[in-house]
Amino acid sequence: MKERSLIDKLHEVQNGSKENYISKSEALKVSKRSKTPLAEIYGVLTFYTLFSEKPRGKHIIRVCRSLSCHMADANKIIGKLKETLGINVGETTFDKEFTLEESSCLGMCSVSPALMIDDIPFGNVEIDEIPEIIKKVKGGEL
Amino acid sequence: MKIFRIHALICAGAQCLAAGGNGFEDALKDELKKHDLDEEVSLVETGCMGACQLGPLLVVYPEGVMYIKVKPEDAKEIVEEHFLKGRPVRRLMWKGEKAELPNLSEIPFFAKQTKIVLRNCGIINPEDIDEYIAQDGYEALSKALFEMTPQDVVQVMKDSGLRGRGGAGFPTGLKWELAFKQISDQKYIICNADEGDPGAYMDRSVLEGDPHSVLEGMAIAGYATGASKGYIYVRAEYPLAVKRLEVAIKQAKEAGLLGKNILGSSFSFDIELRMGAGAFVCGEETALINSIEGNRGEPKKKPPFPVVKGLFGKPTVINNVETLANVPAVIEKGSKFLRQFGTEKSPGTKVFALAGKVNITGLVEVPLGTPLRTIVFDIGGGVPEGHSFKAAQTGGPSGGVIPAKHLDVPMDYENLPALGTIMGSGGLIVMDEKSCMVDVAKFFLKFTVDESCGKCVPCREGTKQMLEILEHISNGKGEKGDIEKLEKMGNLIKLTSLCGLGQTAPNPVLSTIRYFRDEYEEHINNKSCPSNICKIEGGKNERKVAHRQTA
Repeated sequence: MKERSLIDKLHEVQNGSKENYISKSEALKVSKRSKTPLAEIYGVLTFYTLFSEKPRGKHIIRVCRSLSCHMADANKIIGKLKETLGINVGETTFDKEFTLEESSCLGMCSVSPALMIDDIPFGNVEIDEIPEIIKKVKGGEL
Repeated sequence: MKIFRIHALICAGAQCLAAGGNGFEDALKDELKKHDLDEEVSLVETGCMGACQLGPLLVVYPEGVMYIKVKPEDAKEIVEEHFLKGRPVRRLMWKGEKAELPNLSEIPFFAKQTKIVLRNCGIINPEDIDEYIAQDGYEALSKALFEMTPQDVVQVMKDSGLRGRGGAGFPTGLKWELAFKQISDQKYIICNADEGDPGAYMDRSVLEGDPHSVLEGMAIAGYATGASKGYIYVRAEYPLAVKRLEVAIKQAKEAGLLGKNILGSSFSFDIELRMGAGAFVCGEETALINSIEGNRGEPKKKPPFPVVKGLFGKPTVINNVETLANVPAVIEKGSKFLRQFGTEKSPGTKVFALAGKVNITGLVEVPLGTPLRTIVFDIGGGVPEGHSFKAAQTGGPSGGVIPAKHLDVPMDYENLPALGTIMGSGGLIVMDEKSCMVDVAKFFLKFTVDESCGKCVPCREGTKQMLEILEHISNGKGEKGDIEKLEKMGNLIKLTSLCGLGQTAPNPVLSTIRYFRDEYEEHINNKSCPSNICKIEGGKNERKVAHRQTA
């Protein structure tokens, strides 16, 4: 099977979107091109947590909620991020820079609490360093 | 060939990078350049070394000195003192108990492990196929292709006693034999790299640290079963693993170790990557097949089993990353090799991801049947001072807890189920007296509620009901009879769900009730949380900020 799967195509569309999401018009295009009903496209799109139907920020922050992170006070990390960014989980900042999300496990259990911003992993995160991390990511230093 | 005076191995596993490894490496490179040492010191980026908690890690040979928690500002001292003057920087070295300046073989964390799966992790550069080949890599594939028939390979795998390391423990050789016997124009090998269990990251470390071992294992599986195509289904949350796999596949193809007529034989085998998109249930094999096909990751009814009717309706072998990484070692060293380690029914080793309240968290590979106590105390250095071991959680959301009285349990496929938990993929989270068991149960159930695909009502709705009861208990609104209700519902969900996710979802609740029923009762009857974790409204101990000691 040389053909890419629907999931591959959706990844591609989302990665190519400046706002990190799959718009209805893009979904329609996929539907037409692959001769797949739109309902089926949305059936897949909404099943997977990494796909988004609504516009997101330039950077996606994913905070790990695994048990080891939970025991290492991941809640406080999320609290500080909410405070620093002024948004709740699932929301995007006004300047469209950041979207805050949670992940069930990022697989960094030995350096908990952990988070990822786009593809960059952060471990042993301390509350005080969060504003600095955000500043650096925003300034393109990381 | 260049001869180097010093080999500096820097861990480039995700955990060390997350702890700031990149910054240190850049600083080290700058210092080496400044002192014109580029030609004398070889800097090698390796995969996970295992002692993740103490990262970023740096090992310097020929001495075998390990530096821990290195920071960019330490680079200058390491280069000037150690590399130039030959004086290791004591303040940055692993503190030994016996030897004052221990090398790797004198540190219990490393000395007490048996590395088969992790044989190359932390030693070779995972992005250089030559380093894998130099460690006898692809020797097993060559042996299989030119000295063995597919039946021979299947027989060796069967005799080796290797069992699936993804959690179920199904005999790998038997699975291959079933696939071999299928008559079909096309068969597939799938590597399940959708590691989603909270607390487990061994597959990630193998993919990042030694990707060729998995590719070689898949090619051998392809030869043995008659498959010419393989897929690796990897989580999109592991971008580094994806990158290293892409590099490895490309290099293997260029070297003629994948693709058409491998090593000049008549056997052809190709591997493609498929990315997940964030769904825990896709680790279940039928859901995984659906996902590779591009559909929603919903499980299907078994039988037919994937070995009969799997990907695109063709016979398919699905093996986990750790299982496949074992394969080259078994083929190269023979069917008796694994049996030197482990137990009769569970030969070989298992990699555990040791996390939580333990002094040295990280990846630990030990013979199956090793007592929990050895892993937590001898290797992991025990729980941080001033705290006590309360329980260990294994098997993630499908598993349960092992209380202190069972610390001597041999960790294998027989003894863990007897205690009401499972081996799972190898997550091992240690909890001290500050962990509340109701909170832990609640945590896992929340996870299941989020991750249930929704196909079966007992799993979709039942887990929600159970979570509601648990929330009442932890809020101080629990009622008499709640525990019995949880038990009844839990057992019902286990019996009536279609796939492994639902069938095991109640385990964390049932297991914590089994060993810590008194804690549940304390929440319900006295409206108090003995560990001070649950926020009980108006209760005796409204949450104090729990003091958390950083290990």
